[in-house]
Amino acid sequence: MAQVSTATRFEDFRLPSAEALAEYRASILAERDPNRTVIIVCHGTGCIANGSPKVAAALRKAIAAAGLGAQVIPEIKTTGCHGFCSRGPLVILQPSGLFYQKVKEADVDDIVQTTLLEGKPVERLLYTDPRTGEPIPHDYEIPFYKYQQRVVLRNIGKIDPLDIRDTIAVGGYQALAKALTAMSPEEVIAAVEAAGLRGRGGAGFLTGRKWRLAVENARKSPGPVYVVGNGDEGDPGAFMDRTLMEGDPHAVLEGMAIGAYALGAHQGFIYVRLEYPLAVRHLTNAIEQARALGLLGENILGTGFNFDIKINRGAGAFVCGEETALIASLEGRVGEPVPRPPYPAEKGLWGRPTIINNVETWANVPQIIEKGADWFASLGVPHSTGTKIFSLVGKVNNVGLVEVPMGITLGRIVDEIGGGVPGQDRFKAVQTGGPSGGCIPYELKDTPVDFDSLTKVGAMMGSGGMIVMDQRDCMVDVARYFLHFLEEESCGKCLPCRLGLKSMLEYLDRFAKGQGSQQDIDDLHSLARAIMKGSLCALGGTAPNPILTTIQYFKDEYLAHVVDHKCPAGVCRDLITYSINPELCNGCGLCARTCPQGCISGEKKKPHTIDASACIRCGMCMDECPVGAVLVA
Amino acid sequence: MAVTFKSLETILERYPPSPEHLISALQEVQAAFSYIPKEAMTAVCDHLGVPVSRGWAVATFYKSFRLTPRGMHEIKVCLGTACHLKGGARLVEGLERDLGVCRGHTTKDLSFDLDTVNCLGACALAPVVVIDGNYQPTATHRKLKKMLKEMQKA
Repeated sequence: MAQVSTATRFEDFRLPSAEALAEYRASILAERDPNRTVIIVCHGTGCIANGSPKVAAALRKAIAAAGLGAQVIPEIKTTGCHGFCSRGPLVILQPSGLFYQKVKEADVDDIVQTTLLEGKPVERLLYTDPRTGEPIPHDYEIPFYKYQQRVVLRNIGKIDPLDIRDTIAVGGYQALAKALTAMSPEEVIAAVEAAGLRGRGGAGFLTGRKWRLAVENARKSPGPVYVVGNGDEGDPGAFMDRTLMEGDPHAVLEGMAIGAYALGAHQGFIYVRLEYPLAVRHLTNAIEQARALGLLGENILGTGFNFDIKINRGAGAFVCGEETALIASLEGRVGEPVPRPPYPAEKGLWGRPTIINNVETWANVPQIIEKGADWFASLGVPHSTGTKIFSLVGKVNNVGLVEVPMGITLGRIVDEIGGGVPGQDRFKAVQTGGPSGGCIPYELKDTPVDFDSLTKVGAMMGSGGMIVMDQRDCMVDVARYFLHFLEEESCGKCLPCRLGLKSMLEYLDRFAKGQGSQQDIDDLHSLARAIMKGSLCALGGTAPNPILTTIQYFKDEYLAHVVDHKCPAGVCRDLITYSINPELCNGCGLCARTCPQGCISGEKKKPHTIDASACIRCGMCMDECPVGAVLVA
Repeated sequence: MAVTFKSLETILERYPPSPEHLISALQEVQAAFSYIPKEAMTAVCDHLGVPVSRGWAVATFYKSFRLTPRGMHEIKVCLGTACHLKGGARLVEGLERDLGVCRGHTTKDLSFDLDTVNCLGACALAPVVVIDGNYQPTATHRKLKKMLKEMQKA
């Protein structure tokens, strides 16, 4: 990946004023030929894992070898995640928008020969609409992108996150310049309030109101104020914040700088989850480049405003996404939450007013300043304005990151953007809101996705994870999975959470074994309600959600476990048996070789059988079988 | 790297003596030594002016800190929701059987660490396993077994 050596390149370049930023932008744009072909190679975590760096290197080599004339040599740009992760590695040619998917090193010569030299698309690399079977050549025509409305993600996939000039070329830091030169701190807060922006991290608190609280508290007791970007994205199955920090780090920095100006803060922190090393790298690089240009640090754009940002890496504790625990962690302590109030906006980091917003919330701020509160409020629905990024994962055709206006229905996200469930005509449930969210059944597919509607059906917006489940997923097992996760991550400070989650998990463990009674299901339900009321922080307070929603919408499945001792989805190990369908089995012997118990036998090329008395139901034979002959019931 | 006065010194001199740097300093110690050696913990706490008991409290609270030396190769199996639905748990069980260790532990010959992780945010690759920092997309037990064999040979 091209590293811009900021220290030398930008050293004499501190931008002394907002006008200088505009001139600098104009000079960058003037240097660029809008008609020049730019080949974009996605370098998000998913595409990198599938080999996109090799594709980029091969492209560079092939283009050099092709001996194109100097004026037509395309630029190769590596960008953050485009969101369409299940089709990676992605290669997009701009300005035409020609979209190639699942590109391998071996395809590179063809791209250079057919597309660059002959000007024709390489048919086999195009995306094919699974419904019509027709190839779709351009990214903007693909349903996955077509139905999205990309506001926060608009630059990702277009800019090189390691080169600040790309960000400035697309208008980055314009909003900061506007805020610093043309708006008072009060006006900035008023704009965020009028926009109706709500926190994207989970609770959905009004951002403007939080800011105002902090300002009022700071006025009462003079001293430092802090802003914090929460990038401790702990929800399993969610990667919005990672993509944002990796793909457009400057949007987060700019938003925080604007917030700091409004609040009178001079120091900011970004708390990044340990598992995101690439995000740390990109943010660090972005901070260095912004500092070199005088967009962070002292006397920003010559306005006399000072603000700098430090990155803190998490150390692997889910509870640190909770704001009081995050503060404890920033102070170098064990990440245990404390009761609120006082809220961090009153007493936060080192006892001072502190604003903690999710990084996605921060990335919305520059847009509100630039385009106005009215524009922002016109997106989405009343009380849930703007757009929201969701990570659409699980049993869905188009796995990836989608940004949609609030209020779009669940069914449209899964079916139109996600392309439906592989091999089945409908989903069974969609789990939103992370481990402490809820499972929404297919029958409620017309539920609008906004803060209040999701809460009404017992789920929640959370940070934006959206996990699609099909008929092969057991709801008791899913509830058990989330409870197990939360029980492990409970910090142990308050009793309802520490012991309550453990005891709820014991109920579910028994259900999964086919033990328990109908009374137990009711007891579990009332225990869940008690834990909700009694817990100190949101971890315990929302932990019962997966249980409550699965009992509410899938009670028959619970009954099947405890009354009939059956797991209808074929997941819960104590209630299933594996067998081999003799009509499908071709006797290849793969299952027999992989079985850790050695309990599968049969002659070569003849149907095999499983000795059920020795089977530990590990499911390896099923994973291994090339013809799908292993059955579970 | 051996735990020497010198190697610790270079880490500590980057941090002003203030308790808030405890986590960052321990992270760097772990990056250098692969775990938190006892001597290092004492030195870090002395330098930052925090009781050693608090140092251990932090090191045992946060999952990422290790108190025993790591194996040569690090295997992390993702158990995020998407990976769970696609059989991540079966992969860990298989690896536990193959390597003869439980998750969270190191093989006796110090060649492999077997760990699980809550979510790597690479859900399109589910189930995903990271071996020595390299992502293995849509991992299967067979692919992993083959890789381990090759690594053992090397």
